[in-house]
Amino acid sequence: MPELKYTQDHEWVQAEGDAATIGITDHAQNALGDVVFVDLPEVGREVAAGEAIAVVESVKAASDVYAPIAGRVVEVNAALTDDPGLINREPTGSGWFFKIEPADPAAIGALMDESAYAAFVDSQA
Amino acid sequence: MADTETLFETPLADLHRALGGRMVAFAGYAMPVQYPAGIMAEHLHVRSAAGLFDVSHMGQAELLGEGAAAALERVTPADIQALKPGRQRYGLLMTPEGGIFDDFMVANLGDRLLLVVNASRKHDDFALIESVLPTGVQLRRLPDRALLALQGPGAAPAMAPIAPALTALSFMGIAQAEIAGIPVIASRSGYTGEDGWEISAPAGEAEALAKHLLGLPGVQPAGLGARDSLRLEAGLCLYGTDIDESTSPVEAALTWSIGKRRRMAWDFPGAGRVRDELANGTARLRVGLRPEGRQPARGETMIHVPGGDTIGSITSGGFGPSLGGPMAMGYVARPHAADGTPIELIVRGKPIPARVTPMPFVPHRYAR
Repeated sequence: MPELKYTQDHEWVQAEGDAATIGITDHAQNALGDVVFVDLPEVGREVAAGEAIAVVESVKAASDVYAPIAGRVVEVNAALTDDPGLINREPTGSGWFFKIEPADPAAIGALMDESAYAAFVDSQA
Repeated sequence: MADTETLFETPLADLHRALGGRMVAFAGYAMPVQYPAGIMAEHLHVRSAAGLFDVSHMGQAELLGEGAAAALERVTPADIQALKPGRQRYGLLMTPEGGIFDDFMVANLGDRLLLVVNASRKHDDFALIESVLPTGVQLRRLPDRALLALQGPGAAPAMAPIAPALTALSFMGIAQAEIAGIPVIASRSGYTGEDGWEISAPAGEAEALAKHLLGLPGVQPAGLGARDSLRLEAGLCLYGTDIDESTSPVEAALTWSIGKRRRMAWDFPGAGRVRDELANGTARLRVGLRPEGRQPARGETMIHVPGGDTIGSITSGGFGPSLGGPMAMGYVARPHAADGTPIELIVRGKPIPARVTPMPFVPHRYAR
C-alpha cells in the first residue's frame, strides 16, 4: 500500500493506480467531533488544488473539505450518506470521502509525509 | 485560542482539565465545550441518565429589602410580586423600546430574591436593575458562588438518597439544603428539557460538590456543546442568538412570561410595543423548523417560500442527537408561521425543503 500523504487542511491522500483516495485525518475527525452529515462533490467535477469541494457537519459546526490536488472527481463514498459516523470510527479507512484522478500525479509526492504532518499538528497545538 | 489567558475561569477550571474537558472561550470565560466522550454521547447521556454541567459563568445576585419584588418589576413584565416563597420563575428584562434586554430566572427565597442571568449580559443586567432600585432595596452580586446543573431522568434517583428535601420540590421549586455537608440553594429547573436541578454553592466548595455529584450513580460530566443541542431540542431560546434587543416578547413567542396583572396595568418598559403587537399581531414570529433529510441548517440560514421570496432566517440550527435529525428555530413572516407550513432553507446555495414545526422538538420531562 502506498503511504499516506497529508495536507495542512488535515486531509490524507493515498495514491492507488490512476486515482488518489482522500479523507480527513484522525486529528481532524477528533477536532470536529461526531459527524452527522457530509455533502460530497459530484462525480466528474474538475477541481483545483485547495478548492472547497465537500462539507462535513458535526453536531456543533460545518467545516469545508478541500481538494488536496487538482484533477477530476471519479468516485465518492456513498456509504457516508447513511453512516457519516464512519468518518469518526475509521477516518483513514472506510471513512474516506472521494477519489480524484490527479491532473499531475507528481503533486501527491509534494504533500507532507506522516512525520511532517505530525510535526505540523504539534506546531498548531 | 491565543487569548485564553485573558479569559475568566470558573471555580471548576481545574476539574474540567482533569476530566479532559476541551476548553473554549464563551462569554469571556474558558468553558468546557465537551469532555472526551464528545457532544453526541454527552447529550444522549443527559437524556438517558444524568449529566453535570458547570454554569458558574452565569450571573448570580440577590435582591434584598422591603419592596424588592415591586422594584424588579420596573424592568421586567413578569409578575414578581405574586411569586411565592420557594418558587422560581422565568422572566425577561426589557428595553424601553420593547426589546428583550436579557432573559433570567428569579426565585423567592422568603427574605430575598435570587436572580440568575446570562453570563454575556450580567454586568449590563445588574447595572440596569440597580438603576431602578428605590432606597432600601439593594442588589448584591454573588461572584463567589458557583452554579452547577444536574440534568436528566437519572438526576432524581441520584439525588434522592443524599438530599430528600430537593427531591420533594416540583418543577420551578427552590430550597436551601445540604449536599455532602455543603450548603446549597437548588431549584428544580434547567436548560435541557429534562428533570433536574440548578445548584448554587459557595465557590470554595464547588469542586468538592461537583466531585460528589459526579460520584453518584449514572452521573457524567457534560459540556456547553451538549447544553446547546439539548436546549435547542427543548425549544429554549439562547440570548444573543434567538432573542436580543431587537426582538420583542411577542415576536419571540415568550408572551407567557408576562404576568396577567402586568398585561392589565401595562406598567413595564416597552409596554407600548407589546400591547400593540398583542392587539395587532407582529410582522414576524419565532418558530421551530425541521429540515428534511440529515443536513443541518445553521444560524443565519435564509428561509424562503418554496421557490420564492425570503420570509425570514434561522437563529439557531443544528443536529438533534435525540431527535435523530436536523432542527432549527428562527423568525418567519407571520403568514408563514403556522405549524406544517412548507418552507425552503438555502444552505450553501442549495434549497433544502423544511416545515414549520411545533417546539419542543423533544418533549419536556419536568417534575410537575
